[in-house]
Amino acid sequence: MTTTPQAVRRASPRTRRRPATPADPARPLLPDAEPVRLLDPAGTPLPARADYPEPPADVLRELYRRMVVGRRFDAQATALTKQGRLAVYPSSRGQEACQVGAMLAVRDTDWVFPTYRESMALVSRGLDPVEVLTLLRGDWHCGYDPAARRTAPQCTPLATQCVHAAGLAYGEAYQGRDTVALAFIGDGATSEGDFHEGINFAAVFKAPVVYFVQNNRYAISVPLSRQTAAPSLAYKGVGYGVPSEQVDGNDPVAVLAVLTRAVAHARAGNGPFLVEAHTYRMEPHTNADDATRYRDGAEVEAWRDRDPISRLETYLRARGELDDDAVAAVAAEAEAYAAALRERMNAQPTVDPLSLFDHVYAQPTPQLVEQREQVRAELAAEREGDA
Amino acid sequence: MATTMAKALNAALADAMADDERVVVFGEDVGQLGGVFRITDGLQARFGDKRCFDTPLAEAGIVGFAVGLAMSGLRPVVEMQFDAFAYPAFEQIASHVAKLRNRTRGALSVPIVIRVPYAGGIGGVEHHCDSSEAYYAHTPGLKVVTPATVADAYSLLREAIADPDPVVFMEPKKLYFSSADADLPARTEPFGRAVVRRPGRDATLVAYGPAVPVALEAAEAAREEGWDLEVVDVRTIVPFDDETVTASVRRTGRCVVIQEAQGFAGVGAEIAARVQERCFHALHAPVLRVSGLDIPYPAPMLEHTHLPGVDRVLDAVARLQWDDEPDPRWLPATQGSAA
Repeated sequence: MTTTPQAVRRASPRTRRRPATPADPARPLLPDAEPVRLLDPAGTPLPARADYPEPPADVLRELYRRMVVGRRFDAQATALTKQGRLAVYPSSRGQEACQVGAMLAVRDTDWVFPTYRESMALVSRGLDPVEVLTLLRGDWHCGYDPAARRTAPQCTPLATQCVHAAGLAYGEAYQGRDTVALAFIGDGATSEGDFHEGINFAAVFKAPVVYFVQNNRYAISVPLSRQTAAPSLAYKGVGYGVPSEQVDGNDPVAVLAVLTRAVAHARAGNGPFLVEAHTYRMEPHTNADDATRYRDGAEVEAWRDRDPISRLETYLRARGELDDDAVAAVAAEAEAYAAALRERMNAQPTVDPLSLFDHVYAQPTPQLVEQREQVRAELAAEREGDA
Repeated sequence: MATTMAKALNAALADAMADDERVVVFGEDVGQLGGVFRITDGLQARFGDKRCFDTPLAEAGIVGFAVGLAMSGLRPVVEMQFDAFAYPAFEQIASHVAKLRNRTRGALSVPIVIRVPYAGGIGGVEHHCDSSEAYYAHTPGLKVVTPATVADAYSLLREAIADPDPVVFMEPKKLYFSSADADLPARTEPFGRAVVRRPGRDATLVAYGPAVPVALEAAEAAREEGWDLEVVDVRTIVPFDDETVTASVRRTGRCVVIQEAQGFAGVGAEIAARVQERCFHALHAPVLRVSGLDIPYPAPMLEHTHLPGVDRVLDAVARLQWDDEPDPRWLPATQGSAA
């Protein structure tokens, strides 16, 4: 007899023993065998689910608006890279439901732990797009104030942010605050040790963290089959005693519904929650990547048919929540957003070489003071040479 | 009153926790057991298991968790059980702990203390005796501190916990149960100050951590040879006190740098280079280094051959060109000796 995921789920003694809480009625550890889906790929609603109530219409309209603006931002960033304004840009085109849905699921007081692919999510959170792109433009590393925006610097060392999220969430709870931490992570990074250490620490200390895996099927060129032999990445939660769910990552309504529940689960003191969203990166890994070397056009085209924005637009139009005027207004807003960003990014940023020494330590060491003086003298000599 | 370095470290942790409720202590076996070296003994009983607690056995997790706690406003002090057990945490230390302040232009700081029992001389089996200080000292953004006295153990640890920057606090295991009269709470010289432990006129021995007692013993033994040696205890590798070291070598004109770690590309090499750059015209002999051998830390029955002892130090002192003769080992090969 083969053991299907459903059978495993039914057989789990933990499932039966798990105490119900108001925010977490008898939540099983294992995810549904199939990703949660509330709209079909064409945007037609599927039967409602009591466990994942559909978000209110005004929230869905806002979701649509931010996804359209987010996609336009992403396209503008890609264009800026081609013009040489950005050193590199990892696009999240195609992942708008995840990028924006996650930001609508958390409060402003919650902490977000993004990776380098979350630029769209961060502007959707309301961060200044120029500050977000500072890292990729290259005038500093993190351009925004993480403490003020409760948004960690975009993380490049894979999965390392998973442990920070656990610590932050535990520290906030320890100090009596009801903050939730949401950590983004990609499919490839679930192979890193820090993913496992992070989710394990969060589970052991019951830290309110939502681990949100955007499974876009490729880690640069390496397909999911080289990352895991598990039925899905959401199954990684059970080994840590962490409930999990998988969701159609191109269904914006389902993504927001699942993440809303995951955030509520964490905030209610039930510990971490793992969500895997099945999605697809429509663009190469970055502008420097050639995706034709590892995936064929038919695959990309098939995912184009599941486009999250047209899916939500179709649904909202059918419900009478969106009409031509509203769609045009959002498109115009997106264009204006991109134009303003383009204009600001066309200004060459000023960087002060002496600022290199400012934030190595709270107070520079005597050796740094010496080196600063040396650089200052070099710069003065350069200016003299130019004059 | 006589106390041990282990007790002084324990007192520093307890006093820091009593003074500042943001201070939390965690790691492997630090709770009920009090740490394998008992440095956290009694902290959980006194302050509760929210402020002193055991974690999963995962060093990257421990340090990464501390980063998150620091971001939430706490002051984590974590214990890496042994030097070599800290290596899994190195990515967290090098990529986040050391860099967060810089990456965020000072918007985030990581005031955490990573305690690392380090170095050998205790008969430990493999992976329990590494001298790992150079890895940390080579990483901008970290402060690297290592006490050699009981009073310094207390004072430097208190200062590390209060410091706004991350501190890798390297505790010489073989000195844990060294004992000295120390009135706690002791306050000694601050970070960035080396200390002359023994004044002398003829040559300067520069040492840190477990090498300091070796240097002092060598200086005492050298009296019989007619050498009056000064011993400088570096105390804080980062920030490094060029001033005190340079002033001493300019007075004595000769310098031997002593470290227990393997020598190549080590902290001693950096110190020797700095002394040579700053004291060239005051030097009567090349700056020499005495260190462990460039080998993986040996098995217990062989560690005494590896560890720099008094004899190796005195041999180096003897080569400091007392009769103005150059060290024959460094002379260019002549036709006769080339054969």
